[in-house]
Amino acid sequence: MSTPYTKLPGWADYGLIPIINLIVAFIVAGLVVLLVGENPLHAAAVLVDGAFGSGQNIAYTLFYATNFIFTGLAVAVAFHCGLFNIGGEGQAYIGGLGVALVCLALDGFMPWWLIFPLAILGSAALGALWALIPAYLQAKRGSHIVITTIMFNFIAASVMVYLLVDVLKPAGSMAPQTRDFLPSAQLPKMGWLLEMFGLSVRSAPLNISFLLALVMAFLVWVLIWRTKLGYEIRTMGFSPKAARYAGISETRIIIITMMISGALAGMMALNPIMGDQHRVQLDFVTGAGFVGIAVALMGRSHPAGIVPAAILFGVLYQGGAELAFEMPAISRDMIVIIQGLVILFAGALEHMFRPAIQTLFASISPRSVGVTAAKGEGV
Amino acid sequence: MAEAAIELIGINKSFGAVRANRDINLEIAPGTIHGIIGENGAGKSTLMSILYGFYQADSGEIRVGGKPITIKTPNDAIAVGIGMVHQHFMLVENFTVLENVILGAESEALLKKSIVKARSELQRLEREYGLEVDPDAVIEELPVGLQQRVEILKALYRGAEILILDEPTGVLTPPEADHLFRILKQLKEQGKTIVLITHKLREIMAITDTVSVMRQGTMVATRETAKTTVGELAELMVGRRVLLRVEKGEAKPGAIKLSVKNLTVRDSRGVTMVNDVSFDIRGGEIVGIAGVAGNGQSELIEAISGIRRAVSGSVMLDGKPIDVIGIADPGELRDRGLAHVPEDRHHVGLVLAFEENENSILGYHDDPKYLNGPLLNIDAIRNDARDKIEKYDIRPGDCRLKTANFSGGNQQKIVLAREMEQDPGVLIVGQPTRGVDVGAIEFIHKRLIAMRDQGKAVLLVSVELDEIRSLSDRILVMFDGRVVGERGSDATEGELGLLMAGVERKEAAE
Repeated sequence: MSTPYTKLPGWADYGLIPIINLIVAFIVAGLVVLLVGENPLHAAAVLVDGAFGSGQNIAYTLFYATNFIFTGLAVAVAFHCGLFNIGGEGQAYIGGLGVALVCLALDGFMPWWLIFPLAILGSAALGALWALIPAYLQAKRGSHIVITTIMFNFIAASVMVYLLVDVLKPAGSMAPQTRDFLPSAQLPKMGWLLEMFGLSVRSAPLNISFLLALVMAFLVWVLIWRTKLGYEIRTMGFSPKAARYAGISETRIIIITMMISGALAGMMALNPIMGDQHRVQLDFVTGAGFVGIAVALMGRSHPAGIVPAAILFGVLYQGGAELAFEMPAISRDMIVIIQGLVILFAGALEHMFRPAIQTLFASISPRSVGVTAAKGEGV
Repeated sequence: MAEAAIELIGINKSFGAVRANRDINLEIAPGTIHGIIGENGAGKSTLMSILYGFYQADSGEIRVGGKPITIKTPNDAIAVGIGMVHQHFMLVENFTVLENVILGAESEALLKKSIVKARSELQRLEREYGLEVDPDAVIEELPVGLQQRVEILKALYRGAEILILDEPTGVLTPPEADHLFRILKQLKEQGKTIVLITHKLREIMAITDTVSVMRQGTMVATRETAKTTVGELAELMVGRRVLLRVEKGEAKPGAIKLSVKNLTVRDSRGVTMVNDVSFDIRGGEIVGIAGVAGNGQSELIEAISGIRRAVSGSVMLDGKPIDVIGIADPGELRDRGLAHVPEDRHHVGLVLAFEENENSILGYHDDPKYLNGPLLNIDAIRNDARDKIEKYDIRPGDCRLKTANFSGGNQQKIVLAREMEQDPGVLIVGQPTRGVDVGAIEFIHKRLIAMRDQGKAVLLVSVELDEIRSLSDRILVMFDGRVVGERGSDATEGELGLLMAGVERKEAAE
C-alpha cells in the first residue's frame, strides 16, 4: 500500500519479485548442496517433508513461525517510521524476563487464562522499556538507532546471564535457568487445530501464542493503516520534513514507535517460555530477533506479507533440522547457509531483479507501469 | 572572427512536461568572458549541465572549436577542455589542496609519484594565473574564497581552456568577489574562455564582454555588454511575457491579521538569511514578496509557519504572539487559522508515496471530523477528498491514486485544496505555480483572489514576477535577507527587477 515503488502492478510487487528472489536463493543453495556431494533435489524433498510431512512437523513449523511473526512485526513497525530496529533479539530476551516474573509470581494462584494476559503485558512492557532507551537516545541525542539497538542486544544477553545465574536460578540447581513453571502458567497446546484435519501432532509445542501472533498481525495492520498514530508514523517514515510541516513531533513518534516495536519483540518470548519450555533458559531467543529483519524485508513490512514470510522461515528452521538429521553430509551449519542465502536474496538483494522486471513489464504493457496515469489527464 | 569556442545549436531539454531548454542557440567567442543571466528556473543551469555532461540534450548539437562533439559524461567535457566550477564546491573537505586537485586525475597507481608531478604543475599554474594557495593546506581550514580558487585550479590542472562558473559569487564576500573578477580577467588575458552564470546584473556589467539573457527556457537576447544597460537587461530578464492579468477588484484591507517585527533568521550554517524584516498584512489583501530565489524568502515563511527557528524578532497572529524563537508547533498554528502552502510540495507539502486522500488531511489529521477515537475515519477522509477533488478539479479524480502519479499542477491543487478548505484567516503561499501547467495557474490565481475577497490575509512568495504583480495589492522586494523596497501593484517590471537585483542598494552605497 504505501511502498515507495509505484512502477509495478501489485501482484508483481508483492508476489512475483519475492518468488523470483526465493527461487534464486534456492538455486544457489542447491549448488552448495551439490558441492558437499548430496543431491539437491533429494535434499529439497527432505526439507519439505521435514516441514510438512506430518502433523507434528507442521506444528513445529508453525511454532517457529510464531516467533518470527512477532519479531517480523516488530521490525516492520519501526521500518514504517524509517527506523531500523535490529534490537529485536535483545528486546525479546528482556521480554522473557517479563514473562518469567509474572509466571513465577502467579503460577500457584491463578489459572493460565488470567496469567496469560498479565504475561503479555509483562513481556510487552519490558520489551518496550528495552527499546525506550535507544529510542530516547535517537530522538533526543541523534545516536544512531542501529548502533544503539545492536549494543543493547549484548547488554540484554549479559543482564539475562547475570539474572539466570545469580538471581533467578533455584538454590541447589546446576543449570542457569529458572525453576519450571507450574501447569497453571503453561499455555494450552494447539494440537486440536491440526487434529481436526486428522493429523497427529504428538508432543509438538505449537500453542495459543500462535493465535496471539495472528491477532497482533491484524492489530499492526490496524495501527499502521487505520489509526492516527499509524498515519503519523508513516508520514515520519516517508518524509520527516513533511512530518515537521504537519506538526508531528519527531521525538514523540520515534519514542512511541520504538516502544511498540520493542513490545512486539518482547511478546515473542511468550511462545518458547510459556508455550514450550515452561522456564526461562539461556539464549531462548536463538536468533529470532535477527530473522525478524529478513521476515519484515521479505514481507514488505506488511502483516499480510510478514505472516507467510514467517511461515517460510519456520519451514527452513523445522525442515532444516530434519535435513541435518537425515543427510549427515548436510550439517546444522549448512542449514544456516541456506537460511542466510534466503535472507540475502529476499532481504538484502530484494531489488536486484526489480529493474529487469520493470523493463520487461514496460515493454510488454506500458500501462501497467503507470505511464499513462502520470499524465494526469484523460482518465 | 575566429572559430567560436563553444557553439550550441538548437538545444532542447525537457524534464517530464517541463521544457527546461528550448531551441537554444549560443555562440561563445574564444578569449572572452561571456555572461549568461536569467532568473532562477530560466534554464541556465540546465544548459550548462548539458554542456558539462551531467544531462544529455533531447536534441541539438554542441560544437567546440568548430567541431561537433557529443558530451555524455563530465569526463568527455574535460577531454575537450571544458572545466566547471560549481556553485556548491565539489571538494573533499579533509583532503589537502593538492590531494583535491589530483583527485580523479591521478597519473600513477601509487600516489607518491602523482603528487610530486602535480606539485610542480600546480605551482606553475598558481604562478601563471596569480592563484596562490598553499598546496598542503586542508580544505576545511580555508576560507570560501580560497576554496573556490582550488576549484578553478582543479579545472586548469585538467587542461581546461573553457571555464564555466555557476553563480560563483553567491558564497563570496564583496572583496572576495572582486578578487575573483581580477583572476577571471587574468585568465582571459591568458587566452582562456570564461562562461559566467549569474543572476546579478552588477557582475555582468563589471566583467563580461558579451551577455546572453535566458528566460523560461529560451535564449531571449545576446548583447555586447558595452552596448547595453542594466535597465535593458533587467527588462529582458524579467520579461514582458503577457500573462493574463487576473480579474480583481480593489482590495478592502481590514484589521491587521499578521504582523512581523524585526524578524531575523539564520540557516543551519549560521548565515543570516532573513535580516531584521518587518511588515504587516491585513485581512482582505495579498502581500507579495518578490525576490530572486535564495534571498531569504523561504526562510522567512518557514519561520512564520513554525518550521524553522528564528533568532530574534516577533510575529503576531491576530494580535497574539507566535513563538518564532522557541519554534511554534505548526499544528497549533493551523488551529489558530494560519495555513501554509509550502514552496517544496514534493518533500514538505505532500508525502508522494501516500494516496491522494491521505495527503488531503496532512497537518489536519488531528481534526475530529477525520477521526473515530484513535482510528482514522476512512470514509470521512475519502469523502472529504472526493469533495475537494470535485471542487478544485483535481485530475485524475481518484482519491486512492498514489500522489506521485499526479501531475505537478494537480499535486499543487491537492495542497491548495487542503489548506484553503480549512477556511484559515491567514494563508501563506510559497511558489504556488512552480512547475504547474498553464491551465492550473489561472485556476490557482483565481482561488487566491477569492481568498482575499473573503477577507483573508494572503502572504504570497514567488520568484515569478508576473505572478507577484498580477496578484499582489502590495509588493515587498527582498534582497540579501532584507526588505529593500515596498511598491504598489502598479510597480513596473523594470523597477522591481532592479530592486530584486539589489542594484538600487548597491548604487546608493557606492
